[in-house]
Amino acid sequence: MLQLFKKILTTGIVTEKYKAPKDDELEKLGIQIKRHIDKKFSGSIAIRAIDAGSCNGCELEIHALNNPYYDIERFGIHFVASPRHADVLLVTGPVSRHMQTALLRTYEATPNPKWVVAVGECAACGGEFGVSYASCGAVSNVIPVDMVVAGCPPTPLALMKGLLGLINK
Amino acid sequence: MSSLNWTTDLLNQLVSENITAEQISLPSTTLWQIESIHWQHYAELAIQQNVRWVAGWAEHVQDRFFINACFEKQGIYVLLRTIVNVAKPELPSQATVYPAANRSERHTQDMFGINFIGHPDNRRWTRHKAWAKHNYPLRKDFPLQGEPEAITPPDIDYPFVKAYGAGVYEIPVGPVHAGIIEPGHFRFQAVGELILNLEERLGYVHKGIEKIAEGRTPESLARLAGRISGDTTVGHCWAACRAMEQAAGVEIPPRAALIRGILAERERVANHLGDMGGICNDVAFVFAQMQFTRLRELWLRTNATIFGHRLLMDRIVPGGVVCDLSEASCALIKEDIILLRKELSEIMPAIDLNSSLEDRLYTAGYLSPEIASAFGTLGYVGLASGQDKDVRRDAPYPPYDQATFKVALEDQGDIASRFWVRYKQINAALKLIAQFIERLVAGDILAEWQTPPPGSESLSMIEGWRGEITAYIRFDADNKIARFYPRDPSILNWPALEKLTLNNIVPDFPVCNKSLNGSYSGNDL
Repeated sequence: MLQLFKKILTTGIVTEKYKAPKDDELEKLGIQIKRHIDKKFSGSIAIRAIDAGSCNGCELEIHALNNPYYDIERFGIHFVASPRHADVLLVTGPVSRHMQTALLRTYEATPNPKWVVAVGECAACGGEFGVSYASCGAVSNVIPVDMVVAGCPPTPLALMKGLLGLINK
Repeated sequence: MSSLNWTTDLLNQLVSENITAEQISLPSTTLWQIESIHWQHYAELAIQQNVRWVAGWAEHVQDRFFINACFEKQGIYVLLRTIVNVAKPELPSQATVYPAANRSERHTQDMFGINFIGHPDNRRWTRHKAWAKHNYPLRKDFPLQGEPEAITPPDIDYPFVKAYGAGVYEIPVGPVHAGIIEPGHFRFQAVGELILNLEERLGYVHKGIEKIAEGRTPESLARLAGRISGDTTVGHCWAACRAMEQAAGVEIPPRAALIRGILAERERVANHLGDMGGICNDVAFVFAQMQFTRLRELWLRTNATIFGHRLLMDRIVPGGVVCDLSEASCALIKEDIILLRKELSEIMPAIDLNSSLEDRLYTAGYLSPEIASAFGTLGYVGLASGQDKDVRRDAPYPPYDQATFKVALEDQGDIASRFWVRYKQINAALKLIAQFIERLVAGDILAEWQTPPPGSESLSMIEGWRGEITAYIRFDADNKIARFYPRDPSILNWPALEKLTLNNIVPDFPVCNKSLNGSYSGNDL
């Protein structure tokens, strides 16, 4: 147990600060995000992530938003388990036809006002997979999309910027 | 009498039973062609010699189907092939002999309309509702666009296995899960909290990868292969490129092979760090999750600095790699290794001594060596249950042919074993990266591509971070791909999850699942 506490103490807080020499853009962005969220959603937005057919690359980077460097929850952005608790749907992948109904139902289950963010090349335009017997292609072919975060996959910083762009709308 | 090479024994046995196996020589692949009536009997002879079933796939060539299965023992791979007529597409099943072949044959049945006679479970697998029952997407006359409905209906009438009895109830989970993970459906039968049965229903992220691979150029196929499973972008891309290179007779420069090795080992470390944190997080031990995600982030940032991509996508291309390593980059990689070792030396004792973690991870999610072997489980799942397999050692390819490393092996078969195998693999990977940097020779990183003759085919095996990846390639005319089949290790590991969760409680399912961490996308294709 002592070793555990020692490691926690020596690790300290790695979350990147506004004036930190590296990645100061991150904090700046985060603070801007927070201001906008304050205005529209009383200081917090709840995100439901849905993989509608992705290769899992985007999920890895969405996960990274929760690591101690980005720690996105400090800005009032958090991930929820149910679409009924969500303000924002973060959708990845080309929409596989086998996921089409599941995505539509998740969208319907999300209360208004809601925003849809299409994350990654595939969600934006179909990417490597396009439209086929198995894939509906871009998310906008299935549900209305408010915002696109491009990248294959988008970096955690790009995801933060994307959320800011959405809130600026 | 047994000889050193199992193929000699098996060939002798075939001859003694009057079964003709036509031996066809392919670049880097041994191909045996037999008559379809012997398909199952071959499997029976093979399993008697403890030969492992590796992969199975089919191909539509004019009015015939080529049906392939790959087998391995002692690092020697044999590609077995038989040919059936499109007019009468049937042959005896190998799944009756090898449980590992079960889902693969169901996939082939759905995609080609080939009937495996005597298959123990011929329910549809990859097909949900996106195409009709008597349509088969991988037949050449099936158009890429198919005839989909405006909205594909949900797959509500799949005949799940049922359980009956007082107090037995069913829990359907997915396809949309509560976390940030890929979609799939799990159907539990439980009594109280005890899991009586688990049935997986995958195929939700089927994107038609095999179909859209057809007609691609080598570069374009490499990009697609890098997106079969985003966490294994290096592994799949390498496997596809190696198969294409073998088929085309392209030799990659030694420097490119070493850089590929560094990329693959970096991918292994990044994923294992993520998984070790994830396993601990699923039993609410957040300390480890925070520490491991922190280390993973630092590792990915180095990837971005040196290779220009956090997950290392599209760094491997046919003929070599696109990213060279400078002296400074090598120094940075070496520093990174020292740093990670130091961090782990502080974190691992704290984890090892934690009794809560011990309580949750030891004996939980037990997979016996017998079941692990029957399903042909790979990578950390197999290694944790005594399945001593690693392509890097058993059938080494450059740069591993000159590397020395120890294959991590455990025999307890529980979640803790799968956790510790990952840790041992990280240590081995760090050593390998250091070796590759030491051996880095000056020279080109990209060989010139040569268009292979039409019909050239090859099979390659690469040890990805989840285990052995198999990629099959056949070229058409004009440098175009005729057939691409990638076999992710998850295809063999997923069925093991149904077994290792038995007699665990429902709340332990997430950690059981994480300890296996199959790829949904790599499975569904």
